Amino acid sequence: MRRMVLFLSLLSVPLAAPAAGSAGADLDPVEVSVRDTVSLQNGAKLFVNYCMSCHSARFMRYNRLARDLDIPEDLVKKHMIFNDGKIGDPMLVTMTPEDGEAWFGVAPPDLSLIGKLRDPAWLYNYLRTFYLDDSTVSGWNNKVFPNVAMPHVLSDLQGIQKAVFETRQDRNGSTHDVLVGFELVREGTMTAHEFDDAMRDLTNFLYYMAEPARMVRITWGIWTLLFLAVFGVLAFLLKKEYWRDVH
Amino acid sequence: MTDDQVDNSRRRLLTITTAGVGLVGAAGLAVPFAASMAPSERARAAGAPVEVDISNLEPGQQLTVEWRGKPVWIIKRTPEVLDLLPDMDGRLVDPASESDQQPDYARNPLRSIRDEILVLVGICTHLGCSPKYQPEIGAVSFDDDWKGGFLCACHGSKFDLAGRVFAGVPAPTNLVVPPHQYLSDTRLLIGEDGAVT
Amino acid sequence: MKTMIMNLMEWVDARFPLSRATREHVTEYYAPKNFNFWYFFGSLALLVLALQIVTGVLLAMNYKPDADLAFASVEYIMRDVKGGWFIRYMHSTGASMFFVVIYLHMFRALLYGSYRNPRELVWIVGMVIYLAMMATAFFGYLLPWGQMSYWGAQVIVNLFETLPIVGGPLSEWIRGDYVISDITLNRFYAFHYLVPFILAGLVFVHIVSMHKVGSNNPDGVEIKKGPKGNRWSEDAPKDGIPFHPYYTVKDLLGTVIFLAVFFAIVFFMPEMGGYFIEQPNYEPANPLKTPEHIAPVWYFTPYYAILRAIPSFAGTQVWGVLGMFASIALLFVLPWLDRSPVKSIRYKGPITKFSLTVFAVTFVVLGWLGTQAPTTNLTIMSQFFTLAYMLFFLLYPCFSAAGTGLTLVARALLGLSVGMVLATIFYWWVLWSGGPTAAVRALYTLLSLVILFVMGILPALRPDTVRPVPERIEK
Repeated sequence: MRRMVLFLSLLSVPLAAPAAGSAGADLDPVEVSVRDTVSLQNGAKLFVNYCMSCHSARFMRYNRLARDLDIPEDLVKKHMIFNDGKIGDPMLVTMTPEDGEAWFGVAPPDLSLIGKLRDPAWLYNYLRTFYLDDSTVSGWNNKVFPNVAMPHVLSDLQGIQKAVFETRQDRNGSTHDVLVGFELVREGTMTAHEFDDAMRDLTNFLYYMAEPARMVRITWGIWTLLFLAVFGVLAFLLKKEYWRDVH
Repeated sequence: MTDDQVDNSRRRLLTITTAGVGLVGAAGLAVPFAASMAPSERARAAGAPVEVDISNLEPGQQLTVEWRGKPVWIIKRTPEVLDLLPDMDGRLVDPASESDQQPDYARNPLRSIRDEILVLVGICTHLGCSPKYQPEIGAVSFDDDWKGGFLCACHGSKFDLAGRVFAGVPAPTNLVVPPHQYLSDTRLLIGEDGAVT
Repeated sequence: MKTMIMNLMEWVDARFPLSRATREHVTEYYAPKNFNFWYFFGSLALLVLALQIVTGVLLAMNYKPDADLAFASVEYIMRDVKGGWFIRYMHSTGASMFFVVIYLHMFRALLYGSYRNPRELVWIVGMVIYLAMMATAFFGYLLPWGQMSYWGAQVIVNLFETLPIVGGPLSEWIRGDYVISDITLNRFYAFHYLVPFILAGLVFVHIVSMHKVGSNNPDGVEIKKGPKGNRWSEDAPKDGIPFHPYYTVKDLLGTVIFLAVFFAIVFFMPEMGGYFIEQPNYEPANPLKTPEHIAPVWYFTPYYAILRAIPSFAGTQVWGVLGMFASIALLFVLPWLDRSPVKSIRYKGPITKFSLTVFAVTFVVLGWLGTQAPTTNLTIMSQFFTLAYMLFFLLYPCFSAAGTGLTLVARALLGLSVGMVLATIFYWWVLWSGGPTAAVRALYTLLSLVILFVMGILPALRPDTVRPVPERIEK
C-alpha cells in the first residue's frame, strides 16, 4: 500500500508543478466560467459590436457560437452577421491585414486564441486600463500593455480616464513615475461598476472562444474518472485473487 | 496449504467482469476516435443547404448549382413535357418511384414538389458520371423516339425528364431527388427538408 | 467450434511459431515474484507508445504540414473535428507522460542495477529507444507551428552550428533552408511519422533481449541461477511466476491507476500550467519576433541546463554542446562504470545510496533550471549541478568498487574528476567577474568538494560496505 502511494505520487509530480506558478501580480482578479451562459452571451454581443470592427475570430464559426451560447441561429444571423456570411462561416472581418497595418501601424491580431495566449486577469485589466496619453500616436496608452497601438474603442461606454502618477524612490535612490490610479475625465454611458461587469463578460467570452471544448471537457473528465474508479476496484480484486497463489 | 484451494468460480467471475468493463472502456475510447473521421464542422459548413433564386428560370432551361460537391439540376419543365411524361411508363424500370431515390414529398408521378420545377442530383446511378440534359423531342442519334431527358455519355444510361431510368440501360435506379423546399415563390433551398406545400 | 480453432492454431503454428512465442513471452515466461511498483513503468511505456501511435495517425488525417496551413489545421482539429480536441490533448499529454514513465523506468534500472551483466544490451537498446523518443518528440514539437515550436526548433538546430567545420553546412542540411521554414516543417513531419515505427521495432528487440536473459528484480538475485521447480513447472526457477496471469493482472491495476492520472491531465489541465503545452504556442510562428523567454519542453530541460551552464571559451561555444552530448553518452557506458559486487541498491552501501540520491536531485534541479531564464545565480547553480551530474558518472567506478580497491580506469576517472572540480572552482573564483557573492561561490565550492570526497576519495580510504545478497529472493 505504501508503495502504491509512492507510485501514485511519482506519477502525480507534474500535477503539483503548475500550482507553483501564478498569474502576474498587480492585476485585479476576475472570475471566468463557461457555464455562465448569460455572461457569455453578453460578452459575445460586445465582441461582435466592438472588437469585430477590426479583429477577426477566424477559428470560430457562428453556428458554434449559436449552439454553445444557446442563441437561436436566426437571431445570430440577424444581429451578429453583418456581412453576407452564412451561419456556418467563421467570424471574419472585411478589413485586410494590410489595411490594419496602414491604419494602426500593426495589423489587429486575430482574437480566436487570445484567451489562451493571455490569462483572463490580464485581459480583464487590459480592457479596463486605457488612459489618455499625448505622447503616443493613437493618443491612448494602457497600463498592462504599454504603448499599445489600439485606441480605446470602448471609451463611450467607460468614459475617458487619465492616469495618476506618483513619484517614488526605489532602493537605489533613483526616482520613477509610478502609475497609481485613474481619474475619470469624461463620463461614459456606463457606471464604473457596470463597465467592470461588461468587461468581465467580454473576458469570459474570449476565454471560452479560445477553447470551446471547455464546455464539455470537465464533464467528460468526471465520467472518465468515475469509470476508472470502478474499473480500478475490479482490477484490484482480480489481482488479489490471482496473487493468492504466490508465496 | 489451504490457500491452494483456488475458488475457481470467483476467479472466473472476476475475470469476466473485469474483461467486460475493460471492453466497455476500450469501446468508449473508440467512439471519439471513430467520430473524428465523420464529416467535420468545416465539411458540414461547406455542405450546408444552398439557397437558389429561380425567378429568372425560363421554361425548358436548366440551372446547375453545387451542393455537397455534387451538381444539382433545377429544370423548369414546359407544359408539353408535363403532358408527355405519363406516356413514358412503359419504357421505365420504376415509373412509380418505388425505390427510395427521393424524399416522400417527391414520390409522385412528376417526382417534384411543384409540377414544372424538377430538382435532381446530377449524378448517374450507375457509376457516378454526370449525365447530359437532352431537351429535344423526336428522333435523336441515341434514341428513335426521344421525349426529352438525360443521357449519360459514359455508359449510355437514359433517364426521362422526371429523372426516371429507362429499362435496358446500365443504370439500375432513378436519379436522386435531393431534399429541398421552397422558401418563397422564387427562392429554393436545396439540402434541407421543409413542410410539404 | 473448438476443434476449428484448434485446427486453425495448428495450421498457423506449422507456418509461424505463434504458440511457442506466446508460451515463451507470456504464459510461460517466468518473472521474479517480487516485482514492486517500479516494474509497472515498462508496460506503461508500451501502453503510451500504442496510444501515441493511434492518436497520432488520427491527427495526421487532419493535420497539414505546410507553414501556411499547419497552425490553422491544429485549431481545425481542436474545434471542427469531432472529438479532435480529445485526441490532440491525448497526444500532447501522451508525449510528456511518455517521458515521465521512461524517466521512472530508467531510474528503476539505476536503483536495482538492471543494466548490469548480463543485461548490458537490454540497457543499450533502451538508451537507443530513449534517443529515438527524444528525436520524435523534437520533430513533433515543431508541427503545431506556434511561436514556441518555431523558436525551440530554431535554437536546437542551431546547436549543430557550433560544431567546428561541419556545423554550418550540417544545420543547413537538417533544415533544408537557412532558417526553419516550410521545407523544414515538411521533413520534420515525415520523420515524426517514421521514427515511432522504428521505435516500436526497437521496443521489440528490447523485450526479446530482456526475455532472453530474464528480468532483474529488486533483490538483484538471478532467479535463473537459483533452485528449480515451482507449482507450475518442474524446471522453471523456484522464485519465478508465469507472466500471465500474475503480471498481466498486476499490470492491469497499474494501467488503471496510470490512466486515472493521464485522463485527469487530459480533461482538467491539458496544458499543465504551460509545461505540456506552452502558452506562446497559441500564437502562430513568426520568424521576425522571438518570444520573451524560450525554453524547451520540460523533458529536454536537464540537458538544456547543462548546455547553458558550460561557458564558451577558446573562441567557440562547442563545449556546451559537447557537455550536453556527453551527459547522454555517459548513460550508455553505465554498465561498465558500475563495479559493485552487488546489483540492487538494497545491498549497496551508504556511499552509493548517497550518490544515487545526489544524482536524482541533480537531474530534477537541472530540469527546473532549464525552464528558467538564466540569471547570474541560476547560472552558477546550473554549473554546480552540471558538475554533480558529471561527477556521479565519472566517480561511479570509485564509489561502487567496494572492497576491491580502485582499478586503473577508476583511478583515471578520479583524476579527471579532480581536474574538473579544480577547473570549475578556478573558473568561478578567477574568471568570473562580478555576479554571485563570495558566499555563494564558497558554498558551491564546499559542496563540490564534499561530493568529490564522499563519492570519489572516501571509497579509496574506506571502501563502501555492501550487505550480503541472499541466495533466493526474500519476500
